[in-house]
Amino acid sequence: MAHRAILVDVTRCVGCGACVEGCQQSNQQPAHSARGFDEQTYTYLMDRGSDVYVRRLCMHCEQPSCASVCPVGALVKTAAGPVTYDPAKCMGCRYCMMACPFGVPTYEWYSATPRVRKCQMCEHRGDKGPMCAEVCPAEATVTGEREAMIAEARRRIEADPATYHPTIYGLQEAGGTDVLYIGPREPAALGLPRVPISHPMPDLTWRALKHVPDVVMFGGVFLGGLFWLTKRKEEVARVEGKGKDEGHE
Amino acid sequence: MSEDSTRPFRFGFWTAVSGVLVAALGIIAYFRFTRGIGAVTNLSDGFPWGLWIGFDVLCGVGLAAGGFAITATVHILHLKDFKPIVRPAVLTAYLGYMLVIVGLIFDLGKPWNIWHPIIMWNPHSVMFEVGWCVMLYTTVLSFEFLPVVLERFRFSKLLGVVRSVTPVAVVVGVILSTLHQSSLGSLFLILPHKVHPLWYSPMLPVLFFVSALAAGIGMTVVESFFSRRVFGRALETELLGRLSRASVVVLGVYLVLRLRDLWVREALETLWPLTREGLMFGAEVGLGAILPMVLLASASFRRSPRRLAWAQGLVVLGFIFQRLNVSVTAVEAATGQRYVPSVSEFTVSVSLVALGMWAFVLACRFLPIFPQEAEAEPATAPAGVREPVPVPVADVETVG
Ligand code: SF4
Ligand code: SF4
Repeated sequence: MAHRAILVDVTRCVGCGACVEGCQQSNQQPAHSARGFDEQTYTYLMDRGSDVYVRRLCMHCEQPSCASVCPVGALVKTAAGPVTYDPAKCMGCRYCMMACPFGVPTYEWYSATPRVRKCQMCEHRGDKGPMCAEVCPAEATVTGEREAMIAEARRRIEADPATYHPTIYGLQEAGGTDVLYIGPREPAALGLPRVPISHPMPDLTWRALKHVPDVVMFGGVFLGGLFWLTKRKEEVARVEGKGKDEGHE
Repeated sequence: MSEDSTRPFRFGFWTAVSGVLVAALGIIAYFRFTRGIGAVTNLSDGFPWGLWIGFDVLCGVGLAAGGFAITATVHILHLKDFKPIVRPAVLTAYLGYMLVIVGLIFDLGKPWNIWHPIIMWNPHSVMFEVGWCVMLYTTVLSFEFLPVVLERFRFSKLLGVVRSVTPVAVVVGVILSTLHQSSLGSLFLILPHKVHPLWYSPMLPVLFFVSALAAGIGMTVVESFFSRRVFGRALETELLGRLSRASVVVLGVYLVLRLRDLWVREALETLWPLTREGLMFGAEVGLGAILPMVLLASASFRRSPRRLAWAQGLVVLGFIFQRLNVSVTAVEAATGQRYVPSVSEFTVSVSLVALGMWAFVLACRFLPIFPQEAEAEPATAPAGVREPVPVPVADVETVG
């Protein structure tokens, strides 16, 4: 299904930080310099040396771990693409933070009514899409439908194979994400998290969770059966006048 | 011979310690709820789950597993000899779950939303399943505990009704326990990148279930031993010996599962060269599972209640090690984050344990937890139930 994605082209990034500023404005955070994810920071630039800047933000996974583990559905993958968060539902278990393979969500540790914080792809801006893509002067962050973004990534790589590393980060990682990266080096060398699993992470849980109905049904019959069988044995034993139990040794 | 055999408390020192702990708990709670979790813990974005999840929740739930194991033994398998320890085991479980809930109130960012899973569903979340099971099982435990209260206040009519549904409650309780004991392990399945290979395994749910069983039995034995010392009542050494034989089997199953899993995943290689993780693993499996299994397997060893309690104490400790290794050691190793719980975190955990012990002692004093005159289920007891005599093997023959 067609939905929004973001393409980050590290090769084109000039490190101006317009996306970071735009993000803070769009999310009504005080302007500040950002060196990592924190409760006020949904995106920041990593300076990788020799003029290489790598933007980090929530990957908006196709099948997000964070949303799959959230017991109350406070985090959801919307049909339009963004993974959004509803603080009114959240109970603060922080399982989403544990589960995210990209280390994205942060927490308001010093608040009495804390919220999970992460990029929501400017869902509040509706069809205008994420602010970061709008303000980027170098087309290093662009947005559009996922298929179109993948095509654009391929086009850029093919047009200049000498500059670009052929990998598109986000096609495979954790079963695919809606934030895609291309750049001059392999993703690990750019400082992007190594996520070796290329199938959706929620499957790992589902393999165990899907047995729940079986445990209930077979468990019920099995335990009920044991109850009935041993009770019967006990009655028989009593009728036959064998007061003593056999269970000693 | 119920109340008068109770020795007067000699709790001066412990009362003082508990008083200090409860006061500290109040102060920490104040800061926790006004300044946030960060103000009292060493948790961070890189290490969002700490001691309160690893100990208060994972260990709390596991150590309460004796409740479902013993009720199942007596009410489903009809091994009535174990009846004298049903009530202490159910009480432990009940208190255990209460304390888990208190622990969660500290740990959850917004504990006032703790009921949300009731109306906001996400069946794909293990946490959702655990939440439901814990909720339902705590209700079941109230049912299993109710007869004690009803008996104390002599509501005989109601007592009959409640007792008649006991088997159903027990079956439901066992199913719920199986589900959430194992699901606490499933919580970590989605974190292959965050758990060291000595502990990450697709088998985690099974391992959590079996180890909880071992820990539950261990707790039951340890606590029977101590309640004898506090209440000066007869200890069913023979009974505890038989329970400990069950422990040997459970630990054996656990070790086979655990080691085979490590072998298959070729994770044992990470033990060389010896690292912190290797040492923690050694303590967990060697001292907390293999050693007590070997000790408990010896018949002469099992004859001394003190030694039984020690060996089962090792099982309990090994279990705590296992849970904390999964939730802390393994996560530290895999993520490169460092986490040492803050003094406040330790204080809360210790205070909760102290609260639990106090609640247990008080309940034993004021409720018929160790019933001597009234047998729990007269229907199955033969006419002439003998008064238990304070001789270890006395209770064994009172079976119908
Ligand atoms: S990157 Fe993390 S926070 Fe973002 S959608 Fe994926 S799992 Fe969720
Ligand atoms: S912290 Fe909130 S958003 Fe995250 S998993 Fe828990 S309930 Fe869901």
